[in-house]
Amino acid sequence: MAQSKTQFGYRHHPDQDRAGGNAAEHPVVVVGAGPVGLSLAIDLAQRGQPIVLLDDADRIGEGSRAICFSKRSLEYWDRLGIGQRMVDKGVVWSTGRIFHGASQLYQFDLLPEPGHKRPAFINLQQFHAEAYLVDRVRELSAIDLRWRNKVTGLEQRNDHVLLTIETPDGPYLLRAHHVIACDGARSSLRQMVGAEFAGQVFEDQFLIADVRMTAEFPTERWFWFDPPFHAGRSALLHKQPDDIWRIDLQLHPDADPVVEKRPENVRPRLARMLGHEKFEFEWISLYKFQCRRMEKFIHGRVIFAGDAAHQVSPFGARGANSGLEDAENLAWKLDRVLRGISPEALLASYHLERSAAADENIRESTRSTDFMAPGSRQEARLRKAVLSLARETEFGKRMVNGGRLSVPSIYCSPLSTMDTEAWRGGPRPGASMPDAEVSTRSGISGYLTEAFIKAGKRFTLLEFANGAAIEAPDDVGVIRIGEDGLFDSAGLAAARYDAEPGTAYLLRPDGYVAARFRRPTRPALDAALARATGNI
Amino acid sequence: MALSTSSNFAKPDDAFRAVVEAHRGLNDEQSADLDAALVLILANHIGDIEVLREAIVLAKRRMLDDGQQQQQQQQQQQQQ
Repeated sequence: MAQSKTQFGYRHHPDQDRAGGNAAEHPVVVVGAGPVGLSLAIDLAQRGQPIVLLDDADRIGEGSRAICFSKRSLEYWDRLGIGQRMVDKGVVWSTGRIFHGASQLYQFDLLPEPGHKRPAFINLQQFHAEAYLVDRVRELSAIDLRWRNKVTGLEQRNDHVLLTIETPDGPYLLRAHHVIACDGARSSLRQMVGAEFAGQVFEDQFLIADVRMTAEFPTERWFWFDPPFHAGRSALLHKQPDDIWRIDLQLHPDADPVVEKRPENVRPRLARMLGHEKFEFEWISLYKFQCRRMEKFIHGRVIFAGDAAHQVSPFGARGANSGLEDAENLAWKLDRVLRGISPEALLASYHLERSAAADENIRESTRSTDFMAPGSRQEARLRKAVLSLARETEFGKRMVNGGRLSVPSIYCSPLSTMDTEAWRGGPRPGASMPDAEVSTRSGISGYLTEAFIKAGKRFTLLEFANGAAIEAPDDVGVIRIGEDGLFDSAGLAAARYDAEPGTAYLLRPDGYVAARFRRPTRPALDAALARATGNI
Repeated sequence: MALSTSSNFAKPDDAFRAVVEAHRGLNDEQSADLDAALVLILANHIGDIEVLREAIVLAKRRMLDDGQQQQQQQQQQQQQ
């Protein structure tokens, strides 16, 4: 079995030596150094905010856990300066195959068009992702990462939160203006604010095995309904880096976890699936899951993100990816509030946008799980009909639900300025920016997502040139397509943004569309910006 | 209402017989399988989620009516 991949040392901090009444004060304390907490800390630090990041462990968790990272997550990590490292290590994939019994029902391509910097997905063990994020944290002096610092008490005061933190040297107190709880599914901060949450528990058990082997399977997501090697249940096969393969087997609700987890019981099952016994176990885990979310993501000065705020079934890669979407949504808003250039109320839009996204993720992943484990005889009968119709009809294939993979939500948001002009396509306000390949005037190839980073990862005007450009407001970056700007040689940018000469998009710092105009004017732009920053 | 409930077949008896005869020779389990496939095929052909939802409401009302009728019958029997 794999042990922890990286160990970190606990270090005594001068904050711990201060007397109780004189606790150190920090603008932001992030609790939990998982993918979400680390990414959020990096994002805020890059925006100039000093961050204290606490984690109760002193090592990166064992087992690969989350393995599928979406295009959207990779684009976020590009903005954090670590996307390329993730992609270099990860296994790139965009094709999935669905099997029923011994034969293939259909295959799908999640990114069938060219001209995107990032693929639909990479598979990468969570511990690799976390290790790279920690490396990036170490490059940023604004982040003070404290291992073996466990929050054991939380008290909301008028203008700060008082945290009690347990360490190997005993407890100490910290004051924070804002606390961001990224402490995972079993969040202790959630309990401390008194916000336990109920949800739907799925009774079916799933067994995850990561095995090491060299195999000839293609780098695709393979999903089986009722496979010959695992009759009556479902199975999933995914490739990870380092010759590791993820196998996910649905078990009977009554299966005994202790018995099922024993390698001698897992081995014959996998041998039937793989057709050989030349594999070694890296990690075996058995799980049930819940689909649920907190009613409110914001409790006073404590803000919840990632698994701490919402949980979904794993089919669809919506756990870690939605947590990263939380981080990119929250970071720029909190930064503006801390700078005093947006009101505290801007944070309410974090809850609105991300809780709606959580609902969508829960809905999608619940549907997938229900399809895999029908709850009644009639549900099983309808599924059987879909699976058999899928053999000869296109609509049947589309109804087969072996997991609907994570795509960013489109926000119905008070920050968006509604369209008033006619659009035939392109991302509408509240949607994330599509990528497109573009080039510089000197012919160097690049991408819109890269231009967005160069423009400063802030509010950015994406304009399709038409003679004189309008003057962008202060602190708004500009990406110009055409004339003296970037060259849209294949017309991909214009097509993906339904652009005509003069078209302009106002992008938020998280790369979502705030507003768009056929004929932008400065007053209209100022109004959209005021709305998107909570300043109306 | 988007769902059409006016008579759309020139020969409604032909449509009814076609469905009835499709079930001929099938046991209950097979009939239920056939119905499940048929519902999905027709739903996709309609291709309008609002029409489908209205059809479901209309169909479910029968069950409610049946249930209410049974209840009424039981009450009448009890009164007798």
